[in-house]
Order: sequence, then C-alpha cells, then structure tokens
Amino acid sequence: MDLFVFVVAGLIVLVGAAGVITLSHPVHAALSLVATLFGVAVLFISRDAEFLAAVQVIVYAGAIVVLFLFVIMLLGIDRVEDIRVEPIAGQRPAALVGGVAALGLSLVALLAAGADRTTTGLASRTAPIGEDASNISRLGQLLFSRYVFAFEATAILLTVSVVAAVLLARRLPTSDRDEMLAAESELTVDEPGEAVR
Amino acid sequence: MQVTDTWYVVLAAVLFTMGAIGLLVRRNPLIMFMCVELMLNAVNLTFVAFAHDLNDLGGQAAVFFVMVVAAAEVVVGLAIVVAVLRRQPAATADDISLLKG
Repeated sequence: MDLFVFVVAGLIVLVGAAGVITLSHPVHAALSLVATLFGVAVLFISRDAEFLAAVQVIVYAGAIVVLFLFVIMLLGIDRVEDIRVEPIAGQRPAALVGGVAALGLSLVALLAAGADRTTTGLASRTAPIGEDASNISRLGQLLFSRYVFAFEATAILLTVSVVAAVLLARRLPTSDRDEMLAAESELTVDEPGEAVR
Repeated sequence: MQVTDTWYVVLAAVLFTMGAIGLLVRRNPLIMFMCVELMLNAVNLTFVAFAHDLNDLGGQAAVFFVMVVAAAEVVVGLAIVVAVLRRQPAATADDISLLKG
C-alpha cells in the first residue's frame, strides 16, 4: 500500500515537474505545477505530516498558484514563449549536463552508504513525532515554545512583503505618470531590452 | 518492497534537479518562478522525509517556515514582474536590467 501510494504520487510529481519545464504556455505550466503540488501533499501525508499537507494545498496550490494565474491573466502574457531560441549558445545542453551531474552526485552520496538509513544522527529525544497528540497540536506546541521567535519574525516578514508588493505594483497617480512619461519620451525603445537615447 | 525514507529523498533530489534545469533553460520570468517553486517543494519533501526518519518534529517546523518565506517571496517577486512587464510587455529574463537606474 505504501509502495502504491509512493509510486502514484511520485509519478504525478515528476510528470507535473516535466510539464512545468517543457510546456510553452504559462497557464499550462501553472496547471502542471498544481499537479506537482498535490503529489507532494500526498507524499507529506504518507510521511506523517498531515498538517503540512493541508497547508501545502491551501497555501501553495490555493494561493501561490492562483497569484501566478492572476499575474498571467492581468498582464496578458499568455503569449507562448518560443522555446526553440537559446539565449546563450550551448546553454541548454550545458544546463542538462550540469543538472544530471549534480543529481548523480547527490544520488551517489545518498545511496553509497547503503539503502537502509541515509541519516547518521540519533533519533530525536526532544521533539518526537509522537502519536499521543495530533500532528497539528504537537507542531503548534513546538512552534510556540521553541521557535516562537522565528514565528514572530515570519509574521513581520509577511507584513513587509505585502507592503512591498503594494508599493511595487501600484500605478502612479495620473499627474505623476504623465510627467514621467513625458520625461521618458526622449528615450525610444527599439526592441525589448534596448533603450536608445 | 519496503518504501524507506531514502526513496523520498531521491525523489526530492530528482525534483530539485528538474527545477534547476528548468530555471536555467526557460526565459519567461513567470515560468522561472515556477521552477523555483519546484525546487522549494523538493526541499520541503526532503525535510519531511528526514523528520520521519529521525522522528523529529523540527523538520516539519522547518517546512512550515520555508512555506511562509516562499509565499512572501512569491508576493514580492510577482510584484516586481508586474512592474517590469507593465512597461515592457515582451521582456524576458535577459531584460531585467530595465530595473537599473
């Protein structure tokens, strides 16, 4: 049963990832990403991380991917990317070789010591994943006692990022925008990536 | 055949590699962002596999924080993408030098 869940969820994850890196239409790639995220959530559940699986679905698949789709729809850049063009000559084969080499290295490191246990540390005595209370209550106890500083810091981080997003993406009021556009009309843009004065 | 935690870590390594290759190969900024999300998910899967292996809930707390930081990063990154692409709708990753000055 474990094997079946792992194989099916693993296939969903890998096929979704392949879809993200090969599909040319951004909306299709976003939907492939959703498939990968759901596969990862299933794998979380099979490793006793039920709360994280729920948070993964709600936050990643339900908010982050939706943000991606908002931006794609807002900007109308669902134009397909020409994936035949290579920015630097030989970049694609080099990326493939580099990626496979890095994967090979990590697999050798993982599997050379024997397939039984990859970790050398002792099992934890301070924060075991016990079965006496639910996963979410144990995780909550841990977050609010040992990691409370990091918890509050991430709350501040989220607030800062929201303010930053509002500032970065706002449209200037009309008078400021006209001034800016007038100042810029001295610059002519011939093609994307070049501003010629 | 017993599914051990090593299998999960290997799957996460493959997912990470696919995300890294995608990040190097694609030019559309949004798809590059999605490849970064793939890599973050691979790291989360690694954390959870090791948390299960070592019977330590701290691994799951780390995943919690990674998810929060990833969400904040996506918010700011998409705001930047919106700001750049609004002015130059055909910009690719090579054109982010528009932010200069």
